Amino acid sequence: MSGILVIQEERGQGRNRFSYEALAAGRILAGLTGLSLETAVVGDKNTPILAETSGVPPMTAYAVQHPQLKHYTSDGYVLAFEQLIRKLQPAFIVVPHSYQSRDYVPRVATRFGQVLISDITGIETGPTFVRQLFQGRMNGSYRHPGDGPCFLSVQAGAFQVDSAQGGTTTILPFEPEIPADAVRARPGEPFRGSSETVDLGSAQRIVSVGRGIKSAENISLVQELATSLGAELAASRPICDNGWVPMERQVGSSGQTVSPKLYLAVGISGAIQHLVGMKGSQCIVAINKDPDAPIFEVADYGIVGDLFEVVPALTEAVKGAGH
Amino acid sequence: MKIMVAIKQVPDRDAQVRINASAKWIEESDLQYALNESDAYALEEGLQLKEKHGGEVIVVSAGPERVGSTIREALAKGADRAIHIVCDDIGERDALSVARLLAAAMKPESPDLVLTGLQSEDLGLGQTGVIVAELLGMPHASLILQVEKTETGVTVKQELEEGWFQTIELPTPAVLTIQSGGNKLRYATLMGIKRAKTKEVRQLTATELAVDAAPVVVLERITLPKKQKSTQMLSGTAAEAAAALVQKLKFEVHVL
Ligand SMILES: Cc1cc2nc3c(=O)[nH]c(=O)nc-3n(C[C@H](O)[C@H](O)[C@H](O)COP(=O)(O)OP(=O)(O)OC[C@H]3O[C@@H](n4cnc5c(N)ncnc54)[C@H](O)[C@@H]3O)c2cc1C
Ligand SMILES: Nc1ncnc2c1ncn2[C@@H]1O[C@H](COP(=O)(O)O)[C@@H](O)[C@H]1O
Repeated sequence: MSGILVIQEERGQGRNRFSYEALAAGRILAGLTGLSLETAVVGDKNTPILAETSGVPPMTAYAVQHPQLKHYTSDGYVLAFEQLIRKLQPAFIVVPHSYQSRDYVPRVATRFGQVLISDITGIETGPTFVRQLFQGRMNGSYRHPGDGPCFLSVQAGAFQVDSAQGGTTTILPFEPEIPADAVRARPGEPFRGSSETVDLGSAQRIVSVGRGIKSAENISLVQELATSLGAELAASRPICDNGWVPMERQVGSSGQTVSPKLYLAVGISGAIQHLVGMKGSQCIVAINKDPDAPIFEVADYGIVGDLFEVVPALTEAVKGAGH
Repeated sequence: MKIMVAIKQVPDRDAQVRINASAKWIEESDLQYALNESDAYALEEGLQLKEKHGGEVIVVSAGPERVGSTIREALAKGADRAIHIVCDDIGERDALSVARLLAAAMKPESPDLVLTGLQSEDLGLGQTGVIVAELLGMPHASLILQVEKTETGVTVKQELEEGWFQTIELPTPAVLTIQSGGNKLRYATLMGIKRAKTKEVRQLTATELAVDAAPVVVLERITLPKKQKSTQMLSGTAAEAAAALVQKLKFEVHVL
């Protein structure tokens, strides 16, 4: 057992932040354990992410290539990385927590009799790994006491991307064996949802509603507040799942990313998949009856109370202020 | 089609969760429980497939006695029968151990399709279904919103990030982890609730399934998260808090 292997994903220009964050987590782990850092990505030696991340600290990068890996499939990636891990025998494997890694890494871990410690937000001495429980209402500290590689995936936004500083990377090709009939799934081309008509990304003010609103009829209450503020209406996922607010107004990892001057969250708990879509807002206001709701961790202003009292009062106050 | 659905009982999302004395888990006395959200969608998908193509829906849940109420709820919605893996140490098991229990209970049934939720609301590991697929030697697809039966398997719609989707063809038997929102959930009817009482719930134990509890990863401690920003809390009556907020938005944030 040696080393830390960070598996990156090349997604194209400007879209590789998750991988840089995983690399940053890998460096923290390297600092704590004294182990060396290596990285791998599916692609040839000219894959941009290999060059972009070269340097800190000196390490080897594996360009994993095979015709069967041209399109992502769980079966293909499981075989490729199982073989790379058997060859390198790393003590830790670090990946970004993406839809791709959550699809194949648990299978790889199972082949080593291991369990992925998923979606970590922190690394502490020990090492122990921190991840959220109960949709962000608690943190859990996990330890991997046994032998065998420890698999970790890194939550988006949890680790700060660090800048490169000197050193050179050796890029080595790695060609796994993937039998022709090993890949069982046939993926199609990615496509966008049909109704992407609302652009919340450029909105200056957003009032966003969550499950605290209880029923479809009550949405009008929040719509009135939005109107009085000259704001766009948005919602958390369950509200869109229920069809109470159109899908294209969903904010979060599977919806839109917004950064308005004002983001007013009404009856939204603040699960990470929602937070990643609105954390960049200039001013965040949260109205929630639960003082421990995770949304207050990122809010600038908070009102703890029943939204059915606070929202009408706020609509009145905004109108009264002559807005 | 023979469809097995893994359903997990989790603390109700409106329940007040508190850290217990050992600081290793939450206080479980007088906690309310419910069916995990994405599992409700997995069950719905299973029931709709059965209605279209015929067959059987069997729900499987691992946990202590209390899990029985969630199993009855699934039977009331229309599942045909259930397997309850009775184990009191579910909290000490990691995802691999839980997946081993589920896979061991499913294997002898030779299902055409195994559906699980994408992620549990309490632990949020997001991987138990994928591990079950590996243990059963079946192909899988995750984050699935829609399932259509084909001649040789299924065609599924997978959610990617930021409003992107993808279609995948899979041969069956296969495992799918279901994302919320793909279907409209049904309620149990009075008739359904009555019928559920007569449906079979087979109880199995971890010992019978020959799955030990030794975990590979250990949850050592739970804590309350730290705040990332200093939040100004506005107190008073609803009207007072609202008036104070308007002042802040006007004179400090300058957005009004
Ligand atoms: C892969 C994946 C992708 C996801 N993508 C997204 C996404 O893009 N966007 C998204 O939003 N979610 C997404 N989710 C779901 C996310 O994990 C949460 O389940 C969701 O954000 C919760 O929505 P909510 O806050 O509205 O509901 P809940 O978590 O149920 O919170 C409701 C809140 O309302 C409060 N409340 C209740 N009654 C009142 C009242 N009378 N007055 C005041 N407050 C009240 C409660 O205290 C609670 O905090 C995704 C999940 C997964 C696994
Ligand atoms: N104890 C359990 N009993 C039945 N199904 C479970 C259990 N634990 C997890 N699952 C299934 O696995 C899915 C993913 O859970 P998790 O990996 O904990 O996020 C859940 O949505 C359930 O469908």
